[in-house]
Amino acid sequence: MSDANGDSRRIITYNQAFNEALHGLLAEDPDIFVAGEDVGRYGGVFQSFAGLNKAFGDERVVDTPIAEQAIVGLGIGAAAMGLRPIVDLMFMDFVMVAMDQIANQAAKMKYMFGGKATLPLTITTTGGAGLGAAAQHSASLEAWLIHVPGLKVVFPSNPYDLKGLLVSCVRDDNPTIVTLHKAMLGSKGEVPEGLYEVPLGEAEVVREGSDATVVAIGRMVGFAEEAAETLAGEGIEIEIVDPRSLLPFDTATVVASAKKTNRIVVVHEAVRSGGIGAEIAARIQEEAFDYLDAPIGRVAAPFSPVPFSPALEREYLPDAADIADAVRATLDR
Amino acid sequence: MATKTEAGIPKPVLLDLHRRMVRIRHLEENLGRIASEGRVPGFLHLYVGEEAVAAGGCAALRDEDQITSTHRGHGHLVAKGGDFERMMAEFMGKATGYCKGKGGSMHVSDLDLGMLGANGIVGAGVPIAVGAAFANKYRGTDLVTMAFFGDGSTNIGAFHEAANMACALGLPLVFMCENNEYAEYTARERVMAITDVADRAVAYGMPGVVVDGMDVVAVYEAAVEAVERARRGEGPSMIEAKTYRFYDHAGVQGLGRTYRSDDEVERWRARDPIELFEAQLSKARVLSKAAAKKVHDEVAAEVLEAIEFAEQSPLPDPATDLLTDVYTETGR
Repeated sequence: MSDANGDSRRIITYNQAFNEALHGLLAEDPDIFVAGEDVGRYGGVFQSFAGLNKAFGDERVVDTPIAEQAIVGLGIGAAAMGLRPIVDLMFMDFVMVAMDQIANQAAKMKYMFGGKATLPLTITTTGGAGLGAAAQHSASLEAWLIHVPGLKVVFPSNPYDLKGLLVSCVRDDNPTIVTLHKAMLGSKGEVPEGLYEVPLGEAEVVREGSDATVVAIGRMVGFAEEAAETLAGEGIEIEIVDPRSLLPFDTATVVASAKKTNRIVVVHEAVRSGGIGAEIAARIQEEAFDYLDAPIGRVAAPFSPVPFSPALEREYLPDAADIADAVRATLDR
Repeated sequence: MATKTEAGIPKPVLLDLHRRMVRIRHLEENLGRIASEGRVPGFLHLYVGEEAVAAGGCAALRDEDQITSTHRGHGHLVAKGGDFERMMAEFMGKATGYCKGKGGSMHVSDLDLGMLGANGIVGAGVPIAVGAAFANKYRGTDLVTMAFFGDGSTNIGAFHEAANMACALGLPLVFMCENNEYAEYTARERVMAITDVADRAVAYGMPGVVVDGMDVVAVYEAAVEAVERARRGEGPSMIEAKTYRFYDHAGVQGLGRTYRSDDEVERWRARDPIELFEAQLSKARVLSKAAAKKVHDEVAAEVLEAIEFAEQSPLPDPATDLLTDVYTETGR
């Protein structure tokens, strides 16, 4: 495909990347179905599921009651019987409503049953703040999820990774959770037309640099790239690592970058205390302590619920300026 | 042609119902015995007294149909065809157990028998039954799923979500409630304002019936009707079987407790489902007392062999077994 400028790159939005991955997956495998609140006739609250119900029918793109425990249970039981369900929880905050089915049932079933159960279940949801959605529709709960053995957790930062990670998750034989960032739904990027996989457990070095490493997840990757431009103007070259998949986590790539730059800042949108940044920092010091020239910096949200007012939410959310400041601080030591 | 009783049930089915109950009873009584001798680790929730529900429910199912179970799940697995040796080994945490010793009593399962797991979380098996029933319908089969659950689990949200969803989607699912009148150690009337759980069925748009859970034929007949309805694509039904736990919520003590009177326990024990059924079968000349005893003796011997097997079995090896089975290797 090429546009009027002869540009052969295929640029679509994050939301479109999700949607076309689902179209492709449903067309590819009759064992795949989609179920969740509003995903059928309406196409999802963010239209992420638009057109699927029309294309594949009520049997394969299923409108469910507002019942998150039963939605996940539907996925678990169907997956245990050999189907490959994709169940949607609309907002990541609702993951907490379904946490028993996710953490006590889906995640543990294989182990509890001595390896016999295989659960190719994918849960999709939208996380993150920035839209004035307030405290119960803006969650970033990746730290809750990565604490659960048996789950796989991905946090795509761009349209290409979203599509490829979703495909990998649906084709994986374990319970997986794909979180879209709702403030990124309209963001654009290059995405190939067909189905392809981004492997689970492989980080990407999205920018190479030598002065410091920024490990950023989800929407924070874009902010880190902005910060990198600002810092480059000051003569500071940062390396940016996007883990993409949080469980399994590509510790090796992060540690290799730490050994290269010797200074690390970890960035996520969830609250700092007990966040995934603490886990990443711990892994770096376990494997690269002698390489560190400064304490590992953390950029994350303060310890409060997500506020509503745009004035408060702007202050609450980490941004490019916060990341640049943290990099300068780690270099000042 | 098979001999029929006055109830019109073929003799082989009656004998099958009897044997399923006896199998549960002997497994559980022996398990309770060896547990009180300190030979079984962990918690045990024994099914003694409720045998007619698992036996009557599972006898109405085909081998390929599925069930979900509860923390009191041994009886369901036995009734679905569970193997004594692998069960007993699992209860003792042995590598030869159904779950390689990783699940124990509360998670004993056999997916090959369509038994989708005992479950340590009250009510949590019911949404999973919805998923299994969904898969049956999605694939265009006429298979049926039966969710076993207690009166206590009908007070938890997951149950209501599952009941509504199953009815809304018209799934081939039978809700089999074992109302044993106690949610752990709290009497049903202290935590529910209704007497019959089956009253809840109408709220979801499915039929609900109450049956005598100490009468295996009554349970079986209700189950056959509900299962056949589901198989015909007419959606879920609920059966409430009024039954009783002869022992406590956990462990083997049945009497001398503060939460229920010994008189009450004795009244229910006087309606032992196996004794009631054997009296019926003897009267109908389907199974003599001597023949019934033979069944008991055979089953008892099999349980003792299973205990022997389990005790001789190796424990799992921490060096190799601790961290396996957390994830499935995706092979493509």
